[in-house]
Amino acid sequence: MGKIHIPGVIKAVKKVRGGVKVAHHKNTAGLEVVRMPEPKQVILPMQQHIGAPCTPTVKVGDTVKVGQVIGDSDKFVSAPIHASVSGTVTAIGNVKLPGGAMVQGVTIESDGLMEMYEGIKAPHVETKEDFIKAIRDSGLVGLGGAGFPTHVKLRVPLESHIDTLVINAAECEPYITVDYRECIENSWDIYSGIRTMMEFLEIPNVVIAVEDNKPDAFRILEQIVDGDSSANGAIKIMQLESRYPQGAEKMMVQSATGRQIPPGKLPSDVGCMVMNVTSIAFISRYLKTGKPLVSRSLTVDGMAIAEPKNVRVPIGTSISDIIEFCGGFKADPVKIIAGGPMMGAAITSIDHPLSKSNNAILAFSKEDAKVFTETDCIRCGKCATACPMSLVPTRIVRNTKAKDAEALLKDGVMVCMECGSCAYSCPAKKPLVQHMRLAKAVIREAGAK
Amino acid sequence: MTLNNKLVVSASPHDRSHKTVRSIMLDVIIAMVPALIASVVFFGPRALLVECVSVGTCVIAEFISRVVMKRSQTIGDLSAVITGLLLAFNLPVNIPLWMVMIGAVVSIVVVKQFFGGIGQNFVNPAIAGRIVLLASFPVAMSTWTAPLTWSAQNLDGLTSASPLADIHTMVSAGTTPDASLLEMLIGWRAGCLGETCAIAIILGGIYLIARKVISPTIPLIYIGTVAVIMLIAGKGNLEFVAYELLGGGLMLGAVFMATDYTTSPITFKGKIIFAVGCGVITSLIRLFGNLPEGVSYSIIIMNILVPLIENITLPKPFGTPKKSKKEAKAK
Repeated sequence: MGKIHIPGVIKAVKKVRGGVKVAHHKNTAGLEVVRMPEPKQVILPMQQHIGAPCTPTVKVGDTVKVGQVIGDSDKFVSAPIHASVSGTVTAIGNVKLPGGAMVQGVTIESDGLMEMYEGIKAPHVETKEDFIKAIRDSGLVGLGGAGFPTHVKLRVPLESHIDTLVINAAECEPYITVDYRECIENSWDIYSGIRTMMEFLEIPNVVIAVEDNKPDAFRILEQIVDGDSSANGAIKIMQLESRYPQGAEKMMVQSATGRQIPPGKLPSDVGCMVMNVTSIAFISRYLKTGKPLVSRSLTVDGMAIAEPKNVRVPIGTSISDIIEFCGGFKADPVKIIAGGPMMGAAITSIDHPLSKSNNAILAFSKEDAKVFTETDCIRCGKCATACPMSLVPTRIVRNTKAKDAEALLKDGVMVCMECGSCAYSCPAKKPLVQHMRLAKAVIREAGAK
Repeated sequence: MTLNNKLVVSASPHDRSHKTVRSIMLDVIIAMVPALIASVVFFGPRALLVECVSVGTCVIAEFISRVVMKRSQTIGDLSAVITGLLLAFNLPVNIPLWMVMIGAVVSIVVVKQFFGGIGQNFVNPAIAGRIVLLASFPVAMSTWTAPLTWSAQNLDGLTSASPLADIHTMVSAGTTPDASLLEMLIGWRAGCLGETCAIAIILGGIYLIARKVISPTIPLIYIGTVAVIMLIAGKGNLEFVAYELLGGGLMLGAVFMATDYTTSPITFKGKIIFAVGCGVITSLIRLFGNLPEGVSYSIIIMNILVPLIENITLPKPFGTPKKSKKEAKAK
């Protein structure tokens, strides 16, 4: 703990091991978030989060308004889904997610009015229980890309006492600048969100983590924190070296507190909670207005996009509509990615709808889509040096080929977060992340037997 | 829909570093250029001839073995060029060319390709080639030529003793070797082609470290270990230590051969053990063995131990509790 009590700005308590220096490509950093006009139709998949899928609560022909619940689940790990435009439900059927999985989806034909649902009002929050319930009702999931239902994260087990809230504004993925824009444009929302969290969850310390390639965001947040004497030094800003993957949850906790989350454990097991900066800002807005998560900002960039932008888009808008709003393609796209270039998924079609956790659409042309041929491993060990989790990918690859689940467990492949640092640094261009996923599948299969 | 059929789909990450196997190998070749120039300066055009024959044979041997084995062609990764250069660097200037070819074929075909090609050889191919030559043709492999005698009419030059042999008698007999320390540093001494000029090798090493091709761990610890042992053996005689460090193939071995990716440990702790082992074995052979030189043998012995070293030095996955080992034992 120790160092956290030093007032003002802090440095990382413990430096993160490994990682890679990636080209930032923050081309859109100077572009204010613009609101995209509502699309003609949206498709809302019933699974936009980690956990149980929702079941539609509307039927074909129903008239819905913005913010109305259209899908919900009685399972704990889930988040309700709200209509993002007003209009008529025209279809309920299977839609394909960018990952390839098929889930139920609700199609809404927009009436162009964007009428708000009458039931929307600021939630009445007095206790911690009220607060967590309100967050569930808001449909919030981690907006940084993971898509974990936020209310589940907030409901920490009674025995673990959270002493530090880490606000993740690192945004270590190249290209993406929406979290940065949130810091610049909605810094007060972020701050009031932090105060709310501190109040309702009784968290004594807050660390806002920003990478040092975003001095503007850093300065603005610093001014706000310094300007509030009532915070009494409980809120610190931590400047991190710009190095991928600083923004990963385990890395964040280590940088802010020096604690390491053991394999298979959560931040709450070491007394921490990590929240994305945009999620925090959303919480504060929701508590004021009661408007659930029906739209989100994302970065649209890449050499194939005519007018790269940061846009605020109703959830469920098709990716092709978003690209059209950004001027369409100026070059033939070779690869389109939902998310950042390090951890995002290459999509097979631009007909996919935008989901809650999707923070970027990147369309690469021939110039920036990197397609390499794989060569033989030379055992250079760059993968092992780059791994922030201290794994040795060369061994994992070998044990995966041998389908040796026991050895793979020993190699610790389950702590792999698929950040891609190993594959990034591999001179033989091995698809190492794919190997890591295969390794996990080998372990799961062995467990199933 | 036509667009969708054209999209490339692959596993993340979608950005990759610019380094490729070929670019790394090219960096190593660039790092070897100073030593190559030094070899030609000190030992004349025949040095270049030996180097060309060695590199040429290695590349052709690699090409033919890949064709015969019906495997994808790998000469483009330039690793065969490095093996050829390293082998030549470990040979005396007047070695018959057919012996060079034998060494090159052994390195590439037997040591590298028989085991699966790049990344699969269990010992350093160039060192193995040199050792085979040393065992087969001991006289040709230890007939040294004095430097800068190639410009004399007699192209064979003058034969000279390897200074390292002199050095070993230095402490006991109280004699001084022929070459001064400064001459040792610039490479004005008899020896293998690429090993004499310490400055050129150090330059290459600095380049490799700056380009992040190698980490300084192995060279520094290897040389450091030899220095410490020689300091003790020489009873504190610093001049003796300096001669030992600059003599023989220590610099060449520590910078270019012990750092070979395939045959050195991946783990940081493993690199330390490997380098200390190399240093200890080199010193023991030099001090107590019949051979004046121990670099090749020490590296090859440690090469063979690499899998074992790696197994015991694996890093613990992030967040593994420190006590777990004791607890496991207690159970």
